[in-house]
Amino acid sequence: MKDFLKPHRLVMIGIALALILFCAWKLNWSWLPDYLHLIPLAIWRTIWITVVTMSLGMIFAIMLGFAQAAGPAYLSVPARIYCSIIRGTPLLLQLWLLYYGLGSLFPQFPWIRDSFMWPILRQAWPYAVLALTMSVAGYEGEVMRGAFKGVAGGQLEAARAMGMPRFTAFRRIWLPQALFRALPTIGGETVLQMKSTPLVATITVVDIYSLAKRVTQDTFIVYEPLLILAVVYMVMAGLIVLLFRWLENRIPSRTA
Amino acid sequence: MLSFAVTAGAASALDLLAWSPPGWGATLVAGLWNTILIALGAYALGLLIGVAGAFGKLYGGPILKDLLAVYTTLVRAVPELVLLLLIYFAARDALNNLLNIYGYGPIEFSGVAAGIVVLGVVQGAYSTEVLRGAILSVPAGQIEAARAMGMSPMLLARRVTLPLMTSAAVPGLANLWLTVTKDTALLAVIGFIELTKATSLAAGTTKSFLTFYLAAGILYLLLSLVSGVIFGRIERWARRGQRNAGGGGI
Repeated sequence: MKDFLKPHRLVMIGIALALILFCAWKLNWSWLPDYLHLIPLAIWRTIWITVVTMSLGMIFAIMLGFAQAAGPAYLSVPARIYCSIIRGTPLLLQLWLLYYGLGSLFPQFPWIRDSFMWPILRQAWPYAVLALTMSVAGYEGEVMRGAFKGVAGGQLEAARAMGMPRFTAFRRIWLPQALFRALPTIGGETVLQMKSTPLVATITVVDIYSLAKRVTQDTFIVYEPLLILAVVYMVMAGLIVLLFRWLENRIPSRTA
Repeated sequence: MLSFAVTAGAASALDLLAWSPPGWGATLVAGLWNTILIALGAYALGLLIGVAGAFGKLYGGPILKDLLAVYTTLVRAVPELVLLLLIYFAARDALNNLLNIYGYGPIEFSGVAAGIVVLGVVQGAYSTEVLRGAILSVPAGQIEAARAMGMSPMLLARRVTLPLMTSAAVPGLANLWLTVTKDTALLAVIGFIELTKATSLAAGTTKSFLTFYLAAGILYLLLSLVSGVIFGRIERWARRGQRNAGGGGI
């Protein structure tokens, strides 16, 4: 703490506080009370999308990564092509392709319109979840490929020498060690994933970003909602970083 | 019947993507050109900021170091889309206020310039970190030797640090280039006509969403594949004379 509070830092903290006070006094916050009750739900949507797509995507990423690291050619080649396609095109384009492209295709088939899935497929969030999950799978698949390849060969040989069945060896040795190795990268990628969630607002999913946009549309106030938005995202990014630091500390690491 | 539908679909897709006006090919290619222009400009601006930022972070005074830390942390924690809107509005208002003071009327920000400035500032934060890591990979003895020879800081940077750090920086910089080509798509949200926006215009007008979005996807993919090949070459060039020479791709 003493290291942190050097004289010039105290001055900088003072300037930052002055800036915050200036913003609080001078900017127009009259809209805030009207929208305050909507903010928790919108933030919850953003968190929900991040957590759900990250968890679902990681399941596919493990499969894609394993197929590339150890699979036969008929699995590894399609997996590599999939990762290249996802990593080579913008997420916004993928999102719009799924929402507008697939969304315009589905109504042409009567059997889809009559099925029990139709009320769900008519909404926007399934496409948002699908697009973000596919994106996580593509990026994380590449990360997991490296992680699976990085596990020391001796570990797997030892498992085989102990007579472990192949799936048990994968579950107990290969997968955990690969995940531990990939954990710092996955933490960074989770922040990136959280940062790409505002794109879902472009297909009418209501998250914290689209709430801020709505404030601007209703009241013609531009800066204030954006500033709040930036603070909210910064806090969430900080929490994700702390969460992953805590996770990393919990893991007994001797692999490094 | 089905084969008839398929051929009809293929023919109409080709008609839609034709170059001259009933088709939208020219619009898409113009969008791609805008995308490449903005990506190149933003990447160059980002590199300039990155080189200055990396040297500042390593060799600057305590205040400069802290300011740069604030810059890279802020930019990397806030979504690009939010930064884009903030910088876009703030830069536009600041410029128009400045022009107002000197008695000129307000100007309309050109989309290309706005895109380059906004994405360049975002890229700058990331390339600062990449280049800082690369500078740290230069053996300390080399820099000490250059100092001992009495080289001035600029000469040292030009002759020793920059050439030696390139090989370590190229993979990270290649990733940043792929990021910036994809981040240009965000400009579609503020209404600037680059490839994604051109595609959505074409798709919305003709109602053939799949055709156009797939076509744009292929264009983006081609762009990143070609970039991968070029950066592979650059990496081989940067690693010349080192052991384990080899290039990367995407």
